[in-house]
Amino acid sequence: MPPSPPSEAVYNTPNYLNAEAGIRSWLTTRDHKRIAIMYLVLTVSAFAIGGIFALLIRLELLTPGPTIMDAATYNRMFTLHGVVMIFLFMIPAIPGIFGNFLLPLMLGAQDVAFPRINLFTVYLYVIGAVIAVWGMVQGGTDTGWTFYTPYSTTTVTTVAPVLLGAFIIGMSSILTGVNFIVTTHTLRAPGLTWMRLPLFVWAIYATSIIQVLATPVLGMTLLLVAVEKVFGFGIFDPVRGGDPILFQHLFWFYSHPAVYIMVLPAMAVVSEVVQAFARKNIFGYKAVAFSSLGIAFVGFFVWGHHLFTSGQSTFASGVFGVLSMFVGIFTAIKVFNWTATLYKGAIHVAAPFVYFLGFLYFLMFGGLTGIALSTVSLDVHWQDTYFVVAHFHFIMVGATIMAFLAALHYWWPKMFGRMYSERWALAAAVLVILGFNATFIPQFLLGNMGMPRRYYSYPEQFWPLNVASTAGASLLAFGFLIVLIYLVTALVSGEVSGPNPWGSRGYEWNTPSPPNVQNFPETPLITGSAHDYTDEPGGGEVARVH
Amino acid sequence: MNELNELMRKVLWLPEQASEYAASVDHLHFFVFLVSQLGAWTVVVTTLVFIVRYRKRRALQSTVHVEPRAIHEVVFIGLPLSLFLLWFAIGFPQYVTLQTPPRDARDVYVMAKKWMWKFAYPGGPNSTDVLRVPAGRPIRLLLTSRDVIHSFFVPALRLKQDVLPGRYTQTWFKATQPGHFQIFCAEYCGLGHSSMLGEVLVMPPDEFDAWMDRERSSNHPSAQDEQPVSEEGVDIRGNLLEQGRRIAVVQGCFKCHSVDGSQHIGPTWLDLYNARVKLETGKTVVADEAYLTRSMMEPAADIVAGYKAVMPTFQGKLSAPEAAAIVEFIKSLRTDAPSAAPQKGPIYAPIPAK
Repeated sequence: MPPSPPSEAVYNTPNYLNAEAGIRSWLTTRDHKRIAIMYLVLTVSAFAIGGIFALLIRLELLTPGPTIMDAATYNRMFTLHGVVMIFLFMIPAIPGIFGNFLLPLMLGAQDVAFPRINLFTVYLYVIGAVIAVWGMVQGGTDTGWTFYTPYSTTTVTTVAPVLLGAFIIGMSSILTGVNFIVTTHTLRAPGLTWMRLPLFVWAIYATSIIQVLATPVLGMTLLLVAVEKVFGFGIFDPVRGGDPILFQHLFWFYSHPAVYIMVLPAMAVVSEVVQAFARKNIFGYKAVAFSSLGIAFVGFFVWGHHLFTSGQSTFASGVFGVLSMFVGIFTAIKVFNWTATLYKGAIHVAAPFVYFLGFLYFLMFGGLTGIALSTVSLDVHWQDTYFVVAHFHFIMVGATIMAFLAALHYWWPKMFGRMYSERWALAAAVLVILGFNATFIPQFLLGNMGMPRRYYSYPEQFWPLNVASTAGASLLAFGFLIVLIYLVTALVSGEVSGPNPWGSRGYEWNTPSPPNVQNFPETPLITGSAHDYTDEPGGGEVARVH
Repeated sequence: MNELNELMRKVLWLPEQASEYAASVDHLHFFVFLVSQLGAWTVVVTTLVFIVRYRKRRALQSTVHVEPRAIHEVVFIGLPLSLFLLWFAIGFPQYVTLQTPPRDARDVYVMAKKWMWKFAYPGGPNSTDVLRVPAGRPIRLLLTSRDVIHSFFVPALRLKQDVLPGRYTQTWFKATQPGHFQIFCAEYCGLGHSSMLGEVLVMPPDEFDAWMDRERSSNHPSAQDEQPVSEEGVDIRGNLLEQGRRIAVVQGCFKCHSVDGSQHIGPTWLDLYNARVKLETGKTVVADEAYLTRSMMEPAADIVAGYKAVMPTFQGKLSAPEAAAIVEFIKSLRTDAPSAAPQKGPIYAPIPAK
């Protein structure tokens, strides 16, 4: 269905950015688009802070001995880096920004189901973030973001505030999940059947299910740690009669699904980007849609693959190992279908597409190293080494941040009505991808050599690869800085983009860019699938692959 | 084949293969690596070919609608799944091997604490941070921690086992060649985590035997262990078994447990080690080191059928080496042993010096 040109009536009302002015109008808004922009500012700030911690860690590791800080500071740095990046950026970013902005536009709705709760999640996020970061800086929390007991319940540093902060942020995450699930069920425009839903919606929906089901377990676990730490109850510490491994089971029961809370939204983004820039409908719509639900489901039964060397039973390790292979399969299905989408397309290599390629390749290599890790015997050597660090950064940075950047570039004109400099964008994309490889490929090799993670100092044989990794990290940081500069510049002096600069046939482009306060003057009627580029009424020629 | 092994090992920056297990695990590693690379690069090349072949030729170009056939999705699922399951089918038996120490393995107790490693051989001697083992003989490690979780990691052996407070874990290896191999702590444990290092010193078997003999016959403490661990109430330099008996007396174990097979308030210790014990719950467990230690720390967890849950916990009352000493004492109580009475000498028959 070609997008119907937005009518004059729509253009004559102010867009959501200009409708009201002043800080107060932002702080009390219930408009999902403005809430998305607030999430954009907040999570990108968190990303910058977490990135600075990462750079300090890499600087410290430039030489084998002490470089710029002492061991206590180093331990605080990697705790801050982990907590800020995971809880304040990776989990809320794509759902908070693009989920909020696009879900109602894609469903043909005026807003999410619970606009007030939506605003409330922003406040919860800010309160939780302030408590967590203040607690960590003030109390010098040195447990790592995993809070393993009995270390976390016996350390002399303060742990309770950061747990409370993470607990509150978790509440924000649950409420966002509930909101998106209800919105998807109740606010779809007439004609928008489940099998016509944009793939972005399917993946965000799957993410929301995980958020609602898994996050309470995190909250519970963090409370138990706080209770043991503050009141001295024996839950995890064997000296007080607790079980030291119980924490790991509870923690990973949330935190493994949480990996998919971070990756599924990235998959949501690229499913849209690949269709828009290949000008092709997705190859295997049902396979891509249902594999999101498959990941959400199987993701709950693989947590034990974090415990292969913990002394858990051999049989349990086998079961968790086999189940982990199935999570890999759902990802493989997506990778193959995205690749096949390019077949017979009309591919436009712009910045979002370059990030799509980065995402695809990093997800594939990062995912395959994940399968290698769940090949139980190989994990014994790799567990808790830099191999694991490199693996999950391939997924978190390589896949999720590439998708985040793809989303930012693809929907920037949608959100602000301005175009950035395409030349700078391509240059930065190349720099970011090169810098990423230079940072994390050496870490795979460090893991093979046997360098354990969370090491403040290391034997000399690990030196050259650590230098390479630090050099790569500075390249990566430079790339991000360029992106920030040209995107902010574009807000002020960027070319006005018009409603649909990409000629995309995603539903969200059926509104002006930037959209008006009221998304749709009248409820739209959906008559075909999104991303139909056949230009034939009613779907056009159907070709089958031979 | 050997050249190929060395080439791959160097390409992947892996350390030398110093245990039997290391070589077989590395071969799976190479296989997984090569198949992954082949598969991933096939996808990369395919995307690049598509990008060139199907590049956009005019603005707002329209395209045909493509629907997959069922066979495409079947291939997309079946091909990777069969490869992944093949890897698992090779990897899991390797893991089972590592989890199952051979019967003839010799025991070494490993005690981790912030931030050092202590090793104790039943019957002595003990050492700090240096683990001496003979090449070509299987060694079982029984590991426990005095404070937080640590992880015993020797990259050259491809060996890693978490070390937990309040319970024992086990692993084993058979070193193939003499040499020095670095021990790391792999589980974050605080300020000294990255300096909690040690060394496995693999010796030719005859040299190891001579060393062991010398250490056991001499009364003076070994040079590298100048600080006796007296604060734990047990000096693990001496005879572990004899100390186990002494600690059991002091703790009052014999008020309920006999050592001659007679029934008392608690089960007898005679022939208890490695016996199959029927529990109140109807389950049957093997009374191994882990079970014995757990029964001291959490007596109510596994009640033996026919007995009452009256035993108090010894959590906090027994240090890890003390518990180890009692376990070692229980292990010596066997009807087929020459004597159930506490022995004076080392529990292994003295190995004749050359």
